Amino acid sequence: MFDMPKLEKIWLAIGVGSLFIFVLITGILTASMGLNPPDGMKGTIEPELVDTVPPFNNPGIEKIGPNEYEVTMLSFMFGFDPNTITIPKGAKVHFKMTSKDVIHGLHIAGTPLNLMLQPGRVTEYTHTFKKPGEYLFVCHEYCGIGHQVMFGKVIVED
Amino acid sequence: MTTDAAQAGKSHSNFPKAVFAEKDSNLVKAYLYFSFFAVFLGGLAGLLQLSQRAGWITLPGWLTYYQLLTAHGVLLALVFTTFFIVGFLFSGMIKTLDGELTATERKLGWIGFYLMAIGTILAAMLILSNDGTVLYTFYSPMAASPWYYVGLALLIVGSWLASIGMICAYIRWRKKHKGESSPLFAYMTIATIILWLHASAMVAIEVVGLLIPWSFGWIERVDTTLTRTMFWYFGHALVYFWLLPAYIYWYVNIPQIIGGKIFSSSLPRLTFILLILFSVPVGLHHQLTDPGIDSFWKFLQVILTMLVVVPSLITAFSIIATFELAGRSRGGAGLFGWVKKLPWKDARFFTTVMGMLMFIPGGATGIINSSFQLNQIVHNTWWVTGHFHLTFATSVVLTFFAITYWLIPVLTGRTFTQHLNRLAIIQSILWIIGMFLMGIVMHFAGLLGSPRRTSFSDYGGHELGLKWMSYNQVIAVGGVILFIAICLVLYIWIKLIFFSPKSEESIEYPIGVINEKAAEPPKILEKWSVWIAVSIILSIIAYAVPFYQILINDAPGSLPIRSW
Ligand code: HEM
Ligand SMILES: [Cu+2]
Ligand SMILES: [Cu+2]
Repeated sequence: MFDMPKLEKIWLAIGVGSLFIFVLITGILTASMGLNPPDGMKGTIEPELVDTVPPFNNPGIEKIGPNEYEVTMLSFMFGFDPNTITIPKGAKVHFKMTSKDVIHGLHIAGTPLNLMLQPGRVTEYTHTFKKPGEYLFVCHEYCGIGHQVMFGKVIVED
Repeated sequence: MTTDAAQAGKSHSNFPKAVFAEKDSNLVKAYLYFSFFAVFLGGLAGLLQLSQRAGWITLPGWLTYYQLLTAHGVLLALVFTTFFIVGFLFSGMIKTLDGELTATERKLGWIGFYLMAIGTILAAMLILSNDGTVLYTFYSPMAASPWYYVGLALLIVGSWLASIGMICAYIRWRKKHKGESSPLFAYMTIATIILWLHASAMVAIEVVGLLIPWSFGWIERVDTTLTRTMFWYFGHALVYFWLLPAYIYWYVNIPQIIGGKIFSSSLPRLTFILLILFSVPVGLHHQLTDPGIDSFWKFLQVILTMLVVVPSLITAFSIIATFELAGRSRGGAGLFGWVKKLPWKDARFFTTVMGMLMFIPGGATGIINSSFQLNQIVHNTWWVTGHFHLTFATSVVLTFFAITYWLIPVLTGRTFTQHLNRLAIIQSILWIIGMFLMGIVMHFAGLLGSPRRTSFSDYGGHELGLKWMSYNQVIAVGGVILFIAICLVLYIWIKLIFFSPKSEESIEYPIGVINEKAAEPPKILEKWSVWIAVSIILSIIAYAVPFYQILINDAPGSLPIRSW
């Protein structure tokens, strides 16, 4: 139907073929290995009251297994609670987070832990810290005049 | 006969007079000149942002980094683009649809212009008074003054009226030329307009239906995830709304400028149809890490996003083929001999090619952005900012600059002299150097985690913070070079508008001729109702469940918050 030269058909076939492979890889990673970005489908909460009811009335780190931790973290204008998290090397950490006011973000530099925190919704993500060190984390969604001072760190001890 | 038309500065008398009627010319001028103000002010804001973030300057108390960033985003992403695009599209519609607008069409164009201008000035005042410091994405529950949203709504509604003016012109032409397929420029313009109306309808509903009543206090709460999803329904299509007019120039005007022919009449049309279809049902790729949206739908939209590879490859192929045919007809031989024969000294061509070349790294990094897992490394870092300064602020913007080098002369009758042509070539080289330093280095800073949309911070002296700061120095140097380039293009525009000598011959409006071997485009390509329906159906498939889930999730919503 279209006046497409042969060379162009080959070119398109190569392009579409590599696209297909690319999508296949992402699909396999997603489906079989659970390498999903966070989707936070569980429940909603009233942002203004979030710090008066569990679990966010008691943010912090809790040990829930051998080298396994749960971090309940609240973000607000302009900080995180807790803002320093100390864990041993190899710790598997389940983050459970939300925002008390506007949209915030959490990105632990050097890790794929990169989350959006929205008022009314809970974001959950699990990450294992294999390398020791001091990881800086920042809020990476503009949230107001103090956005640039919203940071903290994860200390992974050897 | 077209071969040396490419010699910039020399116009040709063997072309029919391409001069618009005064009334039409004024309309196009109004849109273009307004957009030039936006470029200058936006560029200035960009320079100040980088200087502040690099620690070179401290801003005065009445002006914050985030005000500048809001101004930069609004002026460049919304104001410059929309004004420029409407002006350019109007010019090509007048040119290809029987040469003149009717009074009604022109009136729609003017009402659109005034609404857009009033909206822009209103929004700008609120940004200056620090009552609109919510960036151009205005995520709730940060709440600006309601008048900021009113300003942005006027900008959109104005663009609709202008669009309707162009649709009227198109319908008028179709009625007169029954059974013919429409001129390529007009066809592509209508495609661009359809995309724009579809996408911007959603953001208009968001702004007028939710944000304005909420910021006035007429409704108490809005749901963050809902408004954010409505924004991105529009947001990705917005990017294609910038890109399509650049493609129009590449497909339709450039062949004439370089003395070639349009390679095919159907493939460009097919490209535009595909871009309409895959512009809206992909917005979730901006929300891959958002809570409240199911992974399955994110994944589906990622796949739809990737399909843009198809029209992109067709475009790359057609453009290279056009270049080759032109180069050969100018006497270029051998495998690559034709490359040398292209009019590299013509800024209308050179500037565009510089933009096209930046699309290669830009497109590659784009695939990374939108791929599911890699996105988590770069989401909301400076990587993203780097990405769209290569694709949008270079490929699209340099193309728009190239357009002005002949479009202003067409409107003012003044000559794009050899001197200005040389300056324009220097301008685009400066732009590329500046973007290498700024855009490419932003990618590296982003890989190290440096966040976007963040003013100066030392991160408590953390060593990573210090490393980011050293990247900021290079990025800011890039910003200085870019700002010099902006001053240069402004100088060229002022010359072309007011001072350059009047041309003695008529100045050509370059519209390419279609290769005589090209087949007539299939009729189905111009059955807009079909494509509009398919586009809406695809969007419903991609978005119905996510919206449904957001709504039944019954989030309590948020009160307006002023956090700046
Ligand atoms: C005409 C070309 C340009 C366009 C269309 C453009 C567009 C944009 C857009 C849409 C944003 C996003 C705003 C936001 O995140 O809210 C942005 C951010 C930015 N632009 Fe530009 N820009 C252009 C030129 C420049 C220039 C010349 C500079 C520097 C002199 C610059 C510096 C920046 C910076 C530093 C940011 C991000 C700041 C941050 O993330 O904190 N831009 N630009
Ligand atoms: Cu923040
Ligand atoms: Cu997008």
